[in-house]
Amino acid sequence: MKRLGNNRNLTGLLFVSPWIIGFLVFTAFPLLYSLFLSFQEVKITTDGIKTNFVSFGNYEYAFSVDGTFVDRVLKYLEEMVISVPIIIVFSLIIALLLNQRIKFRGLFRTIFFLPVIIASGPVIKELIDQGITTIPSIEQYAIYQALNDNPDGFFNGILLYLIKNLIVILWYSGVQILIFLAALQKMDKQIFEAAKIDGASNWEFFWKITLPSLKPMIIVNLIYTIVTYSVFSLNPIIEHIQKNMFKVDTGYGYASALSWIYFLIIAAALAIAVGVMTVKRKKKYT
Amino acid sequence: MQTKTQQVNKYYLKTKRMFLGMQGTDGLLYKLLIYGLLVGIGFVYLYPLLYMGVYSFKSLDDLLNPLVNWIPTQFYTGNYEQANKVLNFFSTLMETLYVTVLPALAQTAVAAVVGYGLARFEFRGKKIMFVLVLATFIIPPQVTLIPRYIFFNELNILGSLSAFLLPATFGQGLNSAIFILIFYQFFRAVPKALEEAAQLDGAGHFRIFFTIALPMALPAIIISFLFSFVWYWNETYLAAIYFGDALTTLPLQLQKFVATYQQMFPAEMGVSGGNQLNEGIKMAGTVLSILPLLIVYFITQRWFVEGVDRSGITGE
Repeated sequence: MKRLGNNRNLTGLLFVSPWIIGFLVFTAFPLLYSLFLSFQEVKITTDGIKTNFVSFGNYEYAFSVDGTFVDRVLKYLEEMVISVPIIIVFSLIIALLLNQRIKFRGLFRTIFFLPVIIASGPVIKELIDQGITTIPSIEQYAIYQALNDNPDGFFNGILLYLIKNLIVILWYSGVQILIFLAALQKMDKQIFEAAKIDGASNWEFFWKITLPSLKPMIIVNLIYTIVTYSVFSLNPIIEHIQKNMFKVDTGYGYASALSWIYFLIIAAALAIAVGVMTVKRKKKYT
Repeated sequence: MQTKTQQVNKYYLKTKRMFLGMQGTDGLLYKLLIYGLLVGIGFVYLYPLLYMGVYSFKSLDDLLNPLVNWIPTQFYTGNYEQANKVLNFFSTLMETLYVTVLPALAQTAVAAVVGYGLARFEFRGKKIMFVLVLATFIIPPQVTLIPRYIFFNELNILGSLSAFLLPATFGQGLNSAIFILIFYQFFRAVPKALEEAAQLDGAGHFRIFFTIALPMALPAIIISFLFSFVWYWNETYLAAIYFGDALTTLPLQLQKFVATYQQMFPAEMGVSGGNQLNEGIKMAGTVLSILPLLIVYFITQRWFVEGVDRSGITGE
């Protein structure tokens, strides 16, 4: 019996071994190597790569000298704080709508999922350049002009950003809609009937039963949204890292430091987002 | 008198029922609200596509004419001819398929094997491995990009398909973690009975995997392949760095559309705007670069939208 158990143990490892090898070679080692590079000044010479230990020099440079990086990180964080909740709420609303008994459900699903298929960096950039991603002819309305006249105020800034990028933000929400929809369809119909008999209205049902049971999916979507938002190829920080990678005076070392800072920021954002969600949940149940 | 108020009351109730419904979900107003929202939001999604489509058929006269808005005066295909030349459409399309289909296949195959291993076997360090699989999803590609670039450079596979294929074959491709999770969820939801029966009959683990588990996993295979295909297709950041000028894809060609155009059709002096790059040509290029994906999507959309529930992407 024990032999058999060992055998299964080994077979299991054999099945997952491609991943383990790949992880070590293509992820773990590069991760450590880029951490190593981030503390070095890297020069590419004809006999290969020369490194020179500079301690935290690259990191200091990023925060003290390289103004663009700090600016872009701040802007990225600000935009993410605005966009992510909108994407989540919006995709939840769409999923709820699509979960109703409606005609042409397949057609609507097809339309709402379209962005996932075509939203590559160059296509979106082309659309932004053409000004298709703003609300059509918004410039003519008084509210836009009023906002545009003093774009410095906090709320004005947010509103302006929303108006200008609404379609792009909505275009990020394809996969999230699917995840919510799948979760909604798995919900037990009997709970709904039971709640109906006890006299719950649709409104109450949504807040007291649907939403709490969707919470794990909200967390999944939150993670997914933050990650995809951060690694999208139009993201200005990514552009900046790439530019520094091929620059002579900064090079691989500095680019590695930047990418590590960025990685830590993303990880922190994820931790905070998930933390907020779970803290709220505990409060509700105790 | 009594009967009249009763009658009024009855009509009132009837109309109320018609508009608000019995349960709050079948009233006319409610339906109107839902369809209104769906159509409105659907329009927001379709608007860029419509815009692209319309503008790509506009001739220069139509573009300049402010009266022509949504319906071009003539069916003008000149934009497409030029965009086709700039993108070098068919050879680029073949190249794009080459660098997307193969990695997508490799990634799907590996994800199936690894997902099966995680779902069916217990081994030491499985929990740790699970956490690591999830962690690979969070790590931005930029962090591993430079070492991989140096590594691939030493292996001399920069500018070749291997730069995409190799990580994919070892489960480190684009969003590999998601596909492993899809297969993990799928195999966990499938009852073990059939496999156990085969085991009693003396079949080995690998035979069971290939003859029983894999054919059952067809929905998961299709959805993984499709998503993988689309994500590889739309990947321009890594493709630009790994492939350099050696290989190109339609999105990459679109990225440098303007530069290529100006190279192919240098602005001639004296010819007033005849050769100039305009919105219509750009839009035609954009349409061309997403058209293959759109066709794939409309053929397979059943799998895209319904496959997700079936393959149990959400899990428990």
